[in-house]
Order: sequence, then C-alpha cells, then structure tokens
Amino acid sequence: MALLEVSDLSVRFVTDDGPVQAVDRVSWTLDERQVLAIVGESGCGKSVTAMSILRLLPGTATVSGTARFDGRDLIAAREGELRAVRGRAISFVFQEPMTSLNPALTIGRQIGEVLRRHLGMSGAQARDRTIELLDLVGIPAPARRVGEYPHQLSGGMRQRVMIAMALACDPKVLIADEPTTALDVTIQAGILDLLRDVRERLGTAIVLITHDLGVVADIADRFVVMYAGRKVEEAPVHELFAHPQHPYTVGLLAAIPRPANGDGGGRRRLQEIPGIVPSLPEPPRACTFAPRCPRADDRSRSEEPSLREVRPDHLVACFHPGEEPWPEGWRP
Amino acid sequence: MSVQDVAVLSPRARRRRRIRRRLLRRPLAVAGLVVALVFVVVAIFAPVIAPYDPGRSDFSAPLAGPSAEHLFGTDELGRDIFSRVVWGARASIQAGVLSTLLAMAFAVPIGLVAGYYRGWLDPVVARMTDVMLAFPFLILAVGLAAVLGPSLTNATIALAFAAVPVLIRVTRGETLALREEDYVRAAVANGASDTTILARHILPNMAGTLIVQATVWIPTAIIGEALLSFLGLGVQPPTPSWGVMLSAAQPFIDQAPRLVIFPGLAIFLATLSFNLLGDGLRDVLDPRTQT
Repeated sequence: MALLEVSDLSVRFVTDDGPVQAVDRVSWTLDERQVLAIVGESGCGKSVTAMSILRLLPGTATVSGTARFDGRDLIAAREGELRAVRGRAISFVFQEPMTSLNPALTIGRQIGEVLRRHLGMSGAQARDRTIELLDLVGIPAPARRVGEYPHQLSGGMRQRVMIAMALACDPKVLIADEPTTALDVTIQAGILDLLRDVRERLGTAIVLITHDLGVVADIADRFVVMYAGRKVEEAPVHELFAHPQHPYTVGLLAAIPRPANGDGGGRRRLQEIPGIVPSLPEPPRACTFAPRCPRADDRSRSEEPSLREVRPDHLVACFHPGEEPWPEGWRP
Repeated sequence: MSVQDVAVLSPRARRRRRIRRRLLRRPLAVAGLVVALVFVVVAIFAPVIAPYDPGRSDFSAPLAGPSAEHLFGTDELGRDIFSRVVWGARASIQAGVLSTLLAMAFAVPIGLVAGYYRGWLDPVVARMTDVMLAFPFLILAVGLAAVLGPSLTNATIALAFAAVPVLIRVTRGETLALREEDYVRAAVANGASDTTILARHILPNMAGTLIVQATVWIPTAIIGEALLSFLGLGVQPPTPSWGVMLSAAQPFIDQAPRLVIFPGLAIFLATLSFNLLGDGLRDVLDPRTQT
C-alpha cells in the first residue's frame, strides 16, 4: 500500500544567474516497509526532491505537484500542519553528521527536545527514552553518552545520534540524504546495517538518497534513477542491476568498483561518464542526457522521451533502451 | 585533581574546566579578571571599605597630602579622596554593567528577530542601526543625557541606548550566520518551532560572542559615565563619581595634581581590566580561534 505518493513534483529556483529547474515532474511511491533508493550524480535533484516533500527548501524555491501522505498533500499543507509531521511521521537524516548537531547542547537534550515536542514527554521520560534510542542505534554506554556534547563523539557516532533523533517518535517514513557519504568506508557499512535493522525491527519505510549505487544495492528494494531533475529509470533492485536500460544507469553501474571474481572476469577498467550534469534554466524538449550519451540521435535531441514500461515493472525514459555497455573511450 | 576526579565530571563541568584552564593560561586576562573583580567588590562593599563618609568635609585639612589618616589625601573641601574614589566605583560599575545589560535586553531580541525572519523588518532594522551608528557613541550618549536630564539613572539609560545599535548589529550578524547552520536545518526538519530554534539553537551558540561584547561594552560605558558626569550630565555633586571628581579638581591641578591622578587612575584601571578580560574571553570563547 502506498504510504507516500509523490506525483508530478517540480521545483524551480530563482537564483542570481536566472531560474533553475532543479526537479522536473518527478513521480514515485513509497510503500510501507519499503526501502526506496533515489540515485544519481550530485546536482540531479535528489536532495531537492526529498527536501521539497517536507518543504525544507529556502524561499527562492517554487514547488508544484503533490506529495500525498496519510490522506493529505504535504506540498499544499499549512506550515503548522507540516511542523506536526516533520520529525514525527516523516523524519530526515542529513548528510553532514559533523555539523547537523547543535554544538551547544548535549545530545540527550537534543533528542529529548524532539520527544517533548511531539510526544509531550516529561524530562525524565524523555531521558529514559533517549537512552533506549541510543542503545537501539548501537551507541555503547548510552546512559553516559546521553550527557555528552557532539564534539565528544566521532562522525559515525554522530550519525547514529542523528538516526536516533530521527527515530525518536517512531516515524512511518525516514528520509536519509546521503547518510554515509561523509563517513569512512568501515563506518558506512555499520550505518547501512543500522538502517536495514531499523526497517526490519521497526518497519520504518526508508527513502535513501545516494550517488553510490553499490553502497545501497543490498539494502534497497527499489531504485529511482534521476538525471538533471528528471526520473529516467525505475525498477526493483534485482531487475535494475540485472537489466539496466537507460544509458545513464548503465554508465553508473559501470562506474562501481568491483573486485575481480574468480570465474575469469579478470581486471576491468572503471568506466566514467564523460561530462557533467547540466543546470537547466528551462526543461528542454529533448532528452536531458543526450549531450553525454553514446546512443543519442536526432530524436533524442528534439523530443522528450516519456517513461514507458520496457520490461515488467521496469520504467525507463529513453528512445534507445538496452543493456549494452558503454563503448570504450567514448567522448561526446 | 586526580584522573578519577576528571572522569566523573559531567561534560558541562568538563567544558567549563577547559575554558577556565584556557583563560588561566593568559596572564593578561587573569590580571584583567582580578582587577575587574576588585572593582566590582569595591563597588558593592563601598560603605564598608571607605574609611570616611565621602560627603563629610574636614575643614581643618583641605587639600591635605596623602597621610596615614587620609590615604590619598583630601580635596578642596577636606573630603577624603580615597573614600570618594571607592564610592565613585559604585557609579561607574553601575553605569557600566547596568547599561550593558539594558542594551542587551533591547538589542538581542531585535537582532534575533531581524536576522532570523529577514523579510521587510531586516532592512528596516539594519538601516536604522546604520543611521544611529553614524553618530559617534559619546555624542549620542551626551545628546540623550542632555535631553533626559542629569542623573545617574538617565546617564545609564543614555549609555544603554547608545550601545543598542552596535549590539543589534552583532546579534543580527550572528543570527544571519547561525540560521544557515546544518543543525538549524535539522531542527526545522524535526518540527521545531521558530521560538525553539531561536531560543535553543541560535541564542546558545552566540552566547560566547555576547559575553565578549558585554565585557567590551562595560569599559566603554564606564568612560561614558565619567565623561557625562564630568560634563555635568551624569552624577550630580556632591555624590561622588570619578567624572565629578575630575571636573571639580580642574582649578586645583597645579596645587594638588593627585586630585586628578587618583580618579583618573581608577578610570584607567577599571577600563583596562575589563578590556583585558574581554580580549582573553574572546580568545577562549570564540570557536574560530580555538585550536
């Protein structure tokens, strides 16, 4: 059953250099207990999509479309209604654990603040629950840690604290924006295990935003691939990895480092995708990926490909879908 | 203190200890702290410390030199200079501390609201502070004190008012920077209201800056009070104040320079001590200078 239903979501920014279309008519749904990964390079509009759902974007952003949650549209909701949803039913974990905690307050007070605000707990109740939460996210000696300041914790510990804070009110949806990007590889694995554990034990649905397909491959159920503000491909995880259709997805998969396996696969050169994500003032009437795509033709450059189902439960927006790898040494 | 003792301290206490240790490593700041505290203690316990009633004249010994009886000598009316300097500390510390607190009480909320909400309010507040800052601090204070009428209370109000634009500017600037912090964004994402964000996330993080500002403003206000009293716009004779003493001593500078030297020295030491303390606190509390 759909828990969160985003449809036709568009976000425009007014900047000093003119307007920027950050997100262009993106739709997806998140089911209960599902882990949905939104992937793409930096600047594809992944974070903006997520932040627009809780209307966390600055005033320079114009959001249109709908985000239906629990029978109402969050995009059209009043600020007061949203405040009751933020941190309560839908929580956010940000990319930067080093700066996302208030340096002047103990972590106990910061988590306690959320509990008191949303659940009306007393100070003592909030403290007990905070210790429980710290224990849940795998922080050793939680009763002692509760009185510590952020600067006394490592980056991985701080991210665990952020997750504890996000889980404080037992939310239905957890949106994690690049939760492991700022962390060491060994710590990353721990945080991903924790997120998996959260889904298993608490049944929380998770939207995982990342640029690293490899990292989230074994935790996500479903992938949405975004490019330049548009959704270009969507499929369940196994389907996407086995049969990627959009050349961008194929490129992203080729860019994942994989150790050589014993069956004669041998060493493989890592593939890059030439070029960068464009910043678009207006949504073009063409495929946004065409300038970087080896399969692009005149049609790609003059007509916008719409999403179509090329395989069961596998959507792609490309005129030339297919799994063939990128040509060696291709340059636009 | 043993290792075990350190381990059981709460983090807050440990943080305080760290700040204290860092402050104590700076000899000038420690000297400033000690002297400033002496002035505060003297101001509070003036009636106990002063050997004579500051207003009582001993006509048998006007303009007497320093002696065991009169430590700093007597003035033209035979009043004990030491007692008058001690009582003068009251007026100075009161004007310095109260005017700073009063100015903070006004400026901090305005700066917070303007910096956080922006909107139409922010440019209005910013331009108004610019206009006020176009007047030199002392000119503004003198003008206000002249309008309000001469008294210590009015001098304090005038000095507070003159300090408001600077403090608004500092608070607003800090708020503008802090509202962009990731933890403020995280608090919004967790459903925090604007009041919570201002009170729990923004204000505590500028506490260090505000404390430093306060210690820098107190000496400025002390000089301001002395100036207003010297000009007859502050404390009125015969009530003792360093500014009043300097003013009254003018005709006697040739005969008895100590009439000017002692209150002058008191002003010098009081302002210097608060300034040194402020500099030390800035180094210790400002996260940008932390190593």
